[in-house]
Amino acid sequence: MSNTLIANMTWFAACKISDVPRNGGVCVKYKDEQIALYYFARREEWYATQNLCPHRQQMVLSRGMIGSQTGEPKVACPFHKKTFSLVDGHCMNDDECESIKTFPVKVENNIVFIGVEEDDEYTVNK
Amino acid sequence: MLANNWSSKNKTMRIVIIGNGMVGYKFCEKLVGKTAQGFAITVFGEEMRPAYDRVHLSDYFAGKSAQDLLLAPAEWYKDNHITFYPGDPVRSIDRECKTVYSHNGITAAYDYLILATGSAAFVPPIPGTEKEGVFLYRTIEDLELMTAWAKRAKKGAVIGGGLLGLEAAKAMLDLGITDTQVIEFAPRLMPRQIDSAGSEILQNKLQRLGLQIHTSTNTTEIIGEQSIRAMRFADGTELDVDMLVISAGIKPRDELAKACGLDVGPRGGIVVNDLLQTSDRAIFAIGECALHNEMIYGLVAPGYEMADVVAANLTGGSKTFTGFDMSTKLKLIGVDVASFGDPFLQTRETRTVVFEDRHKGIYKRINVSEDGKYLLGGILVGEASAYNMLLQTCKNKVVLPPNPEDLILGARGGESDSGAGMTGLPDEAMICSCENVSKGDICNAVNDGCETVDAIKKCTKAGTGCGGCVPMLKDLMVHTMKSQGKYIRNVLCEHFDYARQELFDLVKVKELKSFDAVLDTLGHGDGCEICKPAIASILASLWNEMILKKGNDVAQDSNDRYLANIQKGGTYSVVPRIPGGEITPEKLIVIGQIAQKYNLYTKITGGQRIDMFGAHVNDLPQIWEELIAAGFESGHAYGKALRTVKSCVGSTWCRFGLHDSVSFAIRVEERYRGLRAPHKIKSAVSGCIRECAEAQSKDFGIIASEKGWNLYVCGNGGSKPQHALLLAQDLDDETCIRYIDRFLMFYIKTADPLARTATWLNKMEGGIDYLRNVVVNDSLGLAENLEREMQSLVDNYTCEWKEVVENPELRKRFNHFVNAPEEKDPTVTFEQLREQKKAREWK
Ligand code: SRM
Ligand SMILES: Cc1cc2nc3c(=O)[nH]c(=O)nc-3n(C[C@H](O)[C@H](O)[C@H](O)COP(=O)(O)OP(=O)(O)OC[C@H]3O[C@@H](n4cnc5c(N)ncnc54)[C@H](O)[C@@H]3O)c2cc1C
Ligand code: SF4
Ligand code: FES
Repeated sequence: MSNTLIANMTWFAACKISDVPRNGGVCVKYKDEQIALYYFARREEWYATQNLCPHRQQMVLSRGMIGSQTGEPKVACPFHKKTFSLVDGHCMNDDECESIKTFPVKVENNIVFIGVEEDDEYTVNK
Repeated sequence: MLANNWSSKNKTMRIVIIGNGMVGYKFCEKLVGKTAQGFAITVFGEEMRPAYDRVHLSDYFAGKSAQDLLLAPAEWYKDNHITFYPGDPVRSIDRECKTVYSHNGITAAYDYLILATGSAAFVPPIPGTEKEGVFLYRTIEDLELMTAWAKRAKKGAVIGGGLLGLEAAKAMLDLGITDTQVIEFAPRLMPRQIDSAGSEILQNKLQRLGLQIHTSTNTTEIIGEQSIRAMRFADGTELDVDMLVISAGIKPRDELAKACGLDVGPRGGIVVNDLLQTSDRAIFAIGECALHNEMIYGLVAPGYEMADVVAANLTGGSKTFTGFDMSTKLKLIGVDVASFGDPFLQTRETRTVVFEDRHKGIYKRINVSEDGKYLLGGILVGEASAYNMLLQTCKNKVVLPPNPEDLILGARGGESDSGAGMTGLPDEAMICSCENVSKGDICNAVNDGCETVDAIKKCTKAGTGCGGCVPMLKDLMVHTMKSQGKYIRNVLCEHFDYARQELFDLVKVKELKSFDAVLDTLGHGDGCEICKPAIASILASLWNEMILKKGNDVAQDSNDRYLANIQKGGTYSVVPRIPGGEITPEKLIVIGQIAQKYNLYTKITGGQRIDMFGAHVNDLPQIWEELIAAGFESGHAYGKALRTVKSCVGSTWCRFGLHDSVSFAIRVEERYRGLRAPHKIKSAVSGCIRECAEAQSKDFGIIASEKGWNLYVCGNGGSKPQHALLLAQDLDDETCIRYIDRFLMFYIKTADPLARTATWLNKMEGGIDYLRNVVVNDSLGLAENLEREMQSLVDNYTCEWKEVVENPELRKRFNHFVNAPEEKDPTVTFEQLREQKKAREWK
């Protein structure tokens, strides 16, 4: 639910609130990208990150469990349980592991929007 | 006390030490530690090297260098202002002038003289011991000579079947002489430590290791020209050997003492009193050369104690040496052997309890006082993990539990018991006898921040001698940290301050049915990947409701959430249940057709069923719809749940089969299918003792006997394999099922998250006997409850895949893209392997 607006930010409508399991994630397709969207219902918060786990390049973070560690919201990869901060994307249990990209999310009229930068370099199929 | 009147008269006290072995070194260390000033210390050593760890001499063959074995480097002596003459034995002592004369011509005057000359290997008077190829086993030089000779040797022998002889025999094996014989004069091995029943078991075990043992065998001659060729025995027989080690006992080095007129014992040893003074008050003897109360102590711990007593007395303290426990544990040989206290005690006033398992090669004996209160001694062969605990119980006169036999019964007692028993020991209990470190010292060190075994070793020196107490150090450390409330509190994670068992009970009493409800009622925060699956498993075990409902889907591990195991590349595997491994041709065909249609890789699993790999998450509901239509149901390969009940073909076809193992396996598998537990559960049924279904490697395994079924529990394969143990014998079908109900339910209720049944049992105080009491004898009065709870889970079973297939809301969760439900994950790609596909290798 970040309100910081970055220059060429585009908000695209990802899905309806009811499409996303409470306290779980789904995968959203945006152009050729895959974005993991999480509904942290316990805190009434929304987060979005890349769907690709940097550890073994697996397209799975949306299927991970979410939770928190000393209050910081996180997602755990189903494969080897690396955990990533949903706030800034850093890996919380392995300093060696790359960070993941996060996206701002907003909800209007039951529709969930994810903010992406237009000239975003980030692609998932590299 | 000796020194008090001394220091008033003189400035420095001149102390000369003859012998720089383990005890001589320890004496220097004690003295230096006590007061740095006021002493002029001179040490003469016969060996070329400074003192080294003779106890671990055999490690030399395991790759330790002479340097590694040193107790302290040469600089240590310099740094501590000790005048040290290595390689320069003392030739004579002039007691009148209080002076010693060395081989190299050094003269040293003393105020006090310490004899720490140790002992030499005892060489029996057999003609021919001087021949080449005959060795002793005492010094690093001996080992160097042996190593050189062994390259040419093929047939080895050791004279002596005692503690040292067996160690030497092991060394021969390590040197590559696989044909090694042990020759013992006495009618049994280790006659000084263990009784004949124990020796017999030991002998069997050693023979299995490849050592040949000859007891009651008297060597009369060593034959050969220049070097050894054979040995001749009293009965006239001969044995061809080209390398011999004599390790038949020790002979105290009392020659210097004798020559200067000190009292020595009739069979050797320098006579000393409780202050370790010889017949000359200014001369002390310590270590293996000293004869105290007609006893030579051939062990390092009593020697260290002697060093401590003399050092204390010379620095103003007052201590006496009043004898020492001769408990020992044989190391290295590959068979545990230990004896403690008085191992042979057999009087009317004592009770002896013996446990013997000839098949496994285990013999345990304890001697208990008549009133059953105290442990007086004992012997352990084949399994000695309880040694430290028993030794401490014996030494510290800890009052025994009501059934002392529990101390040695139960094949798995060892590790876990010792932890539990630590609390009973008083603070003064000596944990490390080599370094004189008490339980109190160790606990203090832990309290002061030593929280690893290495740290404890460093700051207390405990465990740096023979090393036998190291397992106890660990137990004590864990125990002490636990009592400080540190680390070990078995709480689930930061969101729940309860252990799994507590949560299980609370969730049940409060009738909580969803993860959120549990978190709101019993926890705090948001949950995480540790507590979520643990709670989800508890909920499933308690209520057996469809795991994807009530919002519990997002609390499941990914595999449970998608009712399939995720594999490399993000695809899933599909494993339908094939109870007992039995399947009709029609069903085999359906599996083949489905695999073809969805392009799945197929493989027969190790669990007697068929796995189909490489399914897109989107395809899972459709695949299962077709499987279910053909009569299949979920195999729960993804769940911490019952997996397979393997079976052998049994009496319906097999000529040896006693009962119909397939029918029983199917019955068992259908009863417990879908049962959620702290970890996965596996089972098997074999139709006879040939055990083709491998039931003894399962969480519960059933083997047909002439009269019914034998039930084994708590085995597993995996990374730490463990055989299952017999729980009950000759059961009829119904009783067998009832016992399994109780067993499984008890496990589900009390185990830690992700603990298989074997791990659970290993931690259970009382082990299998306790478990048998609960399950078979109903010692907790729980049986009826456990059976009822199991029955309600059984009645509640539904196939979860069937529910998903029939429920559009649940099906929706299997789309890869929420906003493009038809599309599959485009990043999934496969490679070709033989005639099938495989997952793309990940980076
Ligand atoms: C498919 C199979 C190998 C095969 O190709 O044969 C297999 C495959 C996997 N095993 Fe296994 N195990 C398979 C039989 C076994 C066996 C043999 C048996 O059951 O007789 C064992 C040893 C016996 C035992 O468990 O006591 C076995 C010991 C393990 C372990 C170690 C368990 C342990 O307590 O140490 C794991 C890891 C775990 O569960 O935590 C494991 C985990 C796994 C996982 C689930 C790893 C994972 O998370 O992906 C694999 C999933 C494959 C899949 O998606 O289906 N697998 N695994 C076998 C499936 C049997 C079945 O029909 O369900
Ligand atoms: C292979 C082996 C395994 C063992 N295993 C164990 C075990 O598991 N547990 C256990 O408790 N014990 C064990 N022991 C016994 C233990 O090593 C001895 O109890 C201990 O070394 C005794 O120490 P010490 O100083 O009295 O004698 P030593 O270590 O023998 O030292 C005596 C030293 O004095 C020197 N010396 C003798 N005469 C003179 C002289 N005139 N001038 C100068 N120097 C002289 C000798 O050369 C020698 O270096 C083992 C021994 C051996 C050989
Ligand atoms: S042994 Fe390891 S690699 Fe093989 S199936 Fe089991 S878990 Fe996978
Ligand atoms: S692929 Fe995500 S943790 Fe390994």
